[in-house]
Amino acid sequence: MKVGSTINIALRALRRNKMRSVLTALGIIIGVAAVIAMVGIGNGAKAQVEAQIASLGENIIQVLSGSTTSSGIRSGWGGAGTLKIEDAAAIEREIPGVIAVSEEVFSNMQVAAGNQNWLTRVLGESADYLDIRQWPLADGAPFTPQDVRSANKVCVIGQTAASKIFGDQQSAVGQILRIKNVPFTITGVLVRKGFSMMGVDQDDVVIMPYTSAMKRVIGGAVLRSINVQVSDANQMNAAQQQIISLLRQRHNIRPGQDDDFTVRTQQDIADTATATTKVMTVLLGSIAGVSLVVGGIGIMNIMLVSVTERTREIGTRMAVGAHGSDILTQFLIEAVTLSSVGGVIGIIFGIGASQILSSYAHWPTLISLSSIIVAFMFSAAVGIFFGFYPARKAAALDPIEALRYE
Amino acid sequence: MKNGEVVKLIDVHKTYHTGDVDVHAVRGVSLEIQRGEFVALMGASGSGKSTLMNILGCLDRPTSGRYVLDDADVSALDRDQLADIRNHKLGFVFQSFNLLPRTSARENVELPLLYGTRHLTNAQLRGKADAVLALVGLCGREDHHPSQLSGGQQQRVAIARALVNDPEVVLADEPTGNLDSRTSVEIMEIFQQLNDRGITIIMVTHEADIASYARRNVVMRDGLILKDFNVTQRFDAATELEKIAPIDAEAPI
Repeated sequence: MKVGSTINIALRALRRNKMRSVLTALGIIIGVAAVIAMVGIGNGAKAQVEAQIASLGENIIQVLSGSTTSSGIRSGWGGAGTLKIEDAAAIEREIPGVIAVSEEVFSNMQVAAGNQNWLTRVLGESADYLDIRQWPLADGAPFTPQDVRSANKVCVIGQTAASKIFGDQQSAVGQILRIKNVPFTITGVLVRKGFSMMGVDQDDVVIMPYTSAMKRVIGGAVLRSINVQVSDANQMNAAQQQIISLLRQRHNIRPGQDDDFTVRTQQDIADTATATTKVMTVLLGSIAGVSLVVGGIGIMNIMLVSVTERTREIGTRMAVGAHGSDILTQFLIEAVTLSSVGGVIGIIFGIGASQILSSYAHWPTLISLSSIIVAFMFSAAVGIFFGFYPARKAAALDPIEALRYE
Repeated sequence: MKNGEVVKLIDVHKTYHTGDVDVHAVRGVSLEIQRGEFVALMGASGSGKSTLMNILGCLDRPTSGRYVLDDADVSALDRDQLADIRNHKLGFVFQSFNLLPRTSARENVELPLLYGTRHLTNAQLRGKADAVLALVGLCGREDHHPSQLSGGQQQRVAIARALVNDPEVVLADEPTGNLDSRTSVEIMEIFQQLNDRGITIIMVTHEADIASYARRNVVMRDGLILKDFNVTQRFDAATELEKIAPIDAEAPI
């Protein structure tokens, strides 16, 4: 008995019951499609988060000003204003591997031009900031280190803020923007960067030299944070430790006392974010996996019914020379064919569903080859697992009993 | 064509154990059937003829005694070996036809070939199936499903299926049990034609007139052979068919 003939026999049997075959496979189709689509959504979210983290720039260490504790009430990050301009200078001077530093101050402020005004985020940064963030200009030029030293009244503007104030028609470059009645000349418009993973529109922003911001609009002498860029990813941990000890020393923090600042690397941010999306992927995938198992039980159910219903047929096959193993193989092949054909159709449907989700709901989806392969292997395995019991039952039938079965 | 005996039973017993009671279905049957015979196995229900038929058909093994089929002792073979014997040397015709539903006549006939040891191409399968279908007068009905065929035609498909592997013996279990009298005679006509070509046929029936189409009758009672005789006044199916009024003629489908 050749395998080829058994496959032929099994396919003929499936073809005889087209409707039932389709309905049986439907469970697997839906299960596999759900797995593909759900894992696609999860992976898409993960990839988006990773892209957003990469958009922060490469090898970034953020030093955040610490919190104060006043009468037991703790303020949030930046509340204490413990970071000084000199701290930033010291980091740039003393920590090996540091290639760029940007002192950052921040405030939400009303900005105006002509008869338009708009509440936006105003960032004070060094001239290195746009390089650190890998954020090129769409139009115009950035402010220079000279502008920073002289606290010149210049700024660059994000796409959202620009279009809200100047509309989409005219270029913002060269326009005057009034912040707290101080006129700032816009030297450049940034390219669109999109939303951050916290949901903040990163393009709704005005960026100016931190010196100008501190002196002319925001005021104060302390920094909210310091962005540090390190040349090499391998130096990140060392640099992080060195920054911590440098700042403890500069801030006269005795051993055992808490830091009055926080140093976090891009990796810390990434770890938190990917952990969240990973949980989501696993959750979505396992819910979909349950439906795949239910599909498998559907196959077992139909195959069991089919063994009973086809008892006479099995008897006839045995009478004309089928071995028990032929019957076993036939029923197994039927089950595996149903589940793997269902798997292939499910993969196609799953990819289709992901495409629809990403084009209509604008959810990022990412179908990986590995998830397709795993889904297919799993559906075939479901066929073998759930097909085996009915197949064995069929193979064990006594030909005389089976022929007599009504 | 080989000569001599094709089936030889030597003191065959079959005992079923149902609960505490032993049922002696066959109690010592010895029987020889020569090549080219047409034997009708008769008897009332409970006479053991069905059990004997199952043993002859290698569907069951005797409790004791020997069964020699085509010069080979098959009484001690295992399940799979018996299946191979059924495939190569035996052809079955059942009372209720036992065709696969929603399957064309051709595919039904191809079934034993699929379980054979030789691998045939689809074209070879088709060629063999169509040839035996033509032999039983079903030329042109190869693609019909059982539901599209009359009872007589279905039984002819079953006969074609029994013949497709060139068996040593065709075993028919009440082949006319589900058919009207005219169709029954038509089936007997086919059997007689096949037998004239030298094919050995063993047929179980409880109808004396159907048994009269055979050459030899074996009558069983209580698990033993009661009578074994050659039919003297044998019916010729072709002649009998002419006697039946032509209005009964089957309407063409």
